[in-house]
Amino acid sequence: MDAAHKLEISRRGVLIVGAAASAVAAPSVSEAQAAGADAPVLAKVAFEVNGTRRELELDTRTTLLDALRENLNLTGSKKGCDHGQCGACTVIVDGRRINSCLTLAVMHEGGRITTIEGLGQPGALHPMQAAFVKHDGFQCGYCTPGQICSAVAVLDEIKAGVPSHAGADVTAAPQVTSDELRERMSGNICRCGAYSNIIEAITEVAGGNA
Amino acid sequence: MKFDQPATTNPIDQLKVVGKPTDRIEGPLKVSGAAPYAYERRDVAPSPAYGCVIGATIGKGKIQSMDLGPARRAPGVITIVTAQNAGPVGKGAFNTAKLIGGPDIDHYHQAIAVVVAETFEQARAAAQLVRVNYVRTAGEFDLSKAKDGAKAPKQLTGGPPDSALGDFDGAFAAAAVKVDSTYTTPDHAHAMMEPHATIAAWKGDELTLWTSNQMIDWGRGEIAKILGMPKTKVRLISPFIGGGFGGKLFIRADAVLAALGARAAGRPVKIALQRPLMINNTTHRPATIQRVRLGATRDGKITAIGHESWSGDLPGGKPDGAVHQTRMLYAADNRMTATRLAVLDLPEANAMRAPGEATGHMALEVAIDELAEGLGMDPVELRIRNDTQVVPDAAGAPPKPFSQRQLVECLRTGAERFGWARRNPQPGQARDGRWLVGMGVAAAYRGAPTMKSAARVRLNGRGLVIVETDMTDIGTGTYTIIAQTAAEMMGVPLASVRVSLGDSDYPVSAGSGGQWGAASSTAGVFAACMKLRQAVAEKLGFDPDKAVFADGRVSAGRKAAPLADAARDGELVGEDAIEFGDLSKRYQHATFGAHFVEVGIDPYTAEVRVRRMLAVCAAGRILNPKAARNQVIGAMTMGVGSALMEELVVDKGQGFFVNHDLASYEVPVHADIPHQEVIFLDETDPTTSPMKAKGVGELGICGVSAAVANAIYNAAGVRVREYPITLDKLLAGMPAVA
Ligand code: FES
Ligand code: FES
Repeated sequence: MDAAHKLEISRRGVLIVGAAASAVAAPSVSEAQAAGADAPVLAKVAFEVNGTRRELELDTRTTLLDALRENLNLTGSKKGCDHGQCGACTVIVDGRRINSCLTLAVMHEGGRITTIEGLGQPGALHPMQAAFVKHDGFQCGYCTPGQICSAVAVLDEIKAGVPSHAGADVTAAPQVTSDELRERMSGNICRCGAYSNIIEAITEVAGGNA
Repeated sequence: MKFDQPATTNPIDQLKVVGKPTDRIEGPLKVSGAAPYAYERRDVAPSPAYGCVIGATIGKGKIQSMDLGPARRAPGVITIVTAQNAGPVGKGAFNTAKLIGGPDIDHYHQAIAVVVAETFEQARAAAQLVRVNYVRTAGEFDLSKAKDGAKAPKQLTGGPPDSALGDFDGAFAAAAVKVDSTYTTPDHAHAMMEPHATIAAWKGDELTLWTSNQMIDWGRGEIAKILGMPKTKVRLISPFIGGGFGGKLFIRADAVLAALGARAAGRPVKIALQRPLMINNTTHRPATIQRVRLGATRDGKITAIGHESWSGDLPGGKPDGAVHQTRMLYAADNRMTATRLAVLDLPEANAMRAPGEATGHMALEVAIDELAEGLGMDPVELRIRNDTQVVPDAAGAPPKPFSQRQLVECLRTGAERFGWARRNPQPGQARDGRWLVGMGVAAAYRGAPTMKSAARVRLNGRGLVIVETDMTDIGTGTYTIIAQTAAEMMGVPLASVRVSLGDSDYPVSAGSGGQWGAASSTAGVFAACMKLRQAVAEKLGFDPDKAVFADGRVSAGRKAAPLADAARDGELVGEDAIEFGDLSKRYQHATFGAHFVEVGIDPYTAEVRVRRMLAVCAAGRILNPKAARNQVIGAMTMGVGSALMEELVVDKGQGFFVNHDLASYEVPVHADIPHQEVIFLDETDPTTSPMKAKGVGELGICGVSAAVANAIYNAAGVRVREYPITLDKLLAGMPAVA
């Protein structure tokens, strides 16, 4: 069995657990069994995290999120769902925000990754982090690193003219409006419901009025 | 400290620190990712093993056989724990179903095993190899079918299940204007962002759990009970909690299975419940069927008020208390409430934010809107006309006054600020461009209970004040309001206070639940600070009754000294608990509010957009308006969710919640929520606690969904009594598009 084929099956295994509902009795168990019975496939990967080059040898099934959290001890990126449904794991890779739970670490060879830890630390907060504190853009704080990484990337997207559903004209340059921000931030769930404050924080950083 | 007389003037009344909209003191940790949540404690468990939980895939029945062989042989697997090999595992007093099932299965996704492996990926892969054969038995999963067999529960939080006053039937029959409506609310999920998670480590016979739990001392006792060990051998640590909403009041499978897994593996084990498992594995707010009957005179005086509610739970479970606010909100001489509980085999129903009132307002406050329409009366006016200052239905107990009740002021202030006068009472008339626009209002009631709460406060030689209590901050702002309390009491700036929470080694607090946390836990800190002030004054040779604590100094008469001097020979410690006497028996402690909502509805698709929201709250002294406001907007957001989208869909054949993840259980996202306004009325309540405070976190959700529903009716003229109000339920009744 070649490595690519193994990767394929392993990812399928991931999906089966994801579906969980009928996992135990599912007919596809035999395939997953083949994957599980083999020793894990390890692969080397190197990328830059918050400006530092990191080299890892990882189980190829390891998501970027788990590589950050479990291997690099960067637990600022949160796991809310592990299925691309909540945004808590948002990090910025090569200038774009992504759900780090939805991508395997080994896919990011040579990538430049910015996590919440790379934006700022207590005592030297990024303006977006400071604005979240000032506007109380969180309660429990679990969605917060994802919200902040997303917000930082959203302002860049608007600056770069990337259109969104909120704009009436996709060819016009998007503006920092509450509607634009709400639309673009909607992949980041805050069950504590601090949305109204989050939009105020982002708006302040963007230099506008909500 | 006993609190059995109304508070007089005390150091908190200075309001130099308390009452200020201070930023959260733990904010920088949270926004930088430095706040450690349960699963992330590398510092205490550097190389843990990973657990993957397996949930049952039948709604009810038995495990016939389980083949663990292939999973055991899978790479990296250390151990697999099942009910069969776990040794004796009991049931917690707060749990309705066992946290590890087998051979009997009580509900879908009840945990039946945990696979422990060297890595997360290995545990997850091996969990797929466990083969289980089940024998399914028939279960009851349909509340509407089970309703007729529902029985009166023994107890309802806040009183007996049934209450009656005057002659409801006679008065209702004779009433000039009537409403008789039935409403349904579906099952709801807490869906907090941090999954239930635990790291467990044993040292000999001592167990430490780094977990995510709202109630440390309850949890400690429950773990002891479930694992059959002395409570003193259990330690729970929970300094940061990624949301709870009632879903983390109790010990759940992550904690028990991590403990069992760690014992079997001989090393620390960590588990986060997989998101798709959480909804059926843990608890949820139960669905309700509610019938509300209102009778009134032509001039809008309510003469008869009746509320019946049905909900379901597993055998031995609890009802939803949907009738509760109906005993409190409006005057009427003839009244009845009744609660019935059906046995269902769905996962365990339990508390979720404002249990009872959250669902109850969804029915009662729409019924009031219907009555206003029947009367041709403004719904704000109707509510004001039927105000009362005594509990209108004490459910058999002697009537008592509310300690504070500013419902009328909430309604009037809100109407004024929201521009209620601009509302067209005729539904379907107001337009903004192509959008149909409507406004809705609802009243809000939520009790303001208090619970015994203890704290320890230390003063060190550098003048730092360190507070320790097992109280939790679930996003509520506890760190900050406790620091504000200690700073005010000891006369130091906020920066001189450190707060340590959520550790069972600390004095036992009220914990976070039932909206009692803020008022109770700060009162506990108040009591401990009084002890510390005494110790400081004695140490400095000052008269404790005369000592004034301000600006980092203590003074009495002509004598003065820096506070830190008192600790120059060693730390001083004050420890005490606040214990509440019978003031809550003499007065009804409650919080009140009014919610105003404006919606727009697309006339073609019936898509509902919430455009404006305002809450006016009267909830005692607001300890930190910034954090309190956030509690209320968060609750308003959740209320929009239950109005418009949240619904656990029941597979009535297989017996489980179908939409058990965050993609299919829809909660509000940014795009669903407009700018929100919150007004707190000036209020101090000396009968609740020395802080004169209450709570707001649950008040904020009460009535929101009804206000949304009423706004929808005002906008489109369609009354949907079956939540959530999705567009498929609106479309048929929408006005013809011109
Ligand atoms: S954890 Fe990645 S989207 Fe939820
Ligand atoms: S702050 Fe708790 S989920 Fe957003």
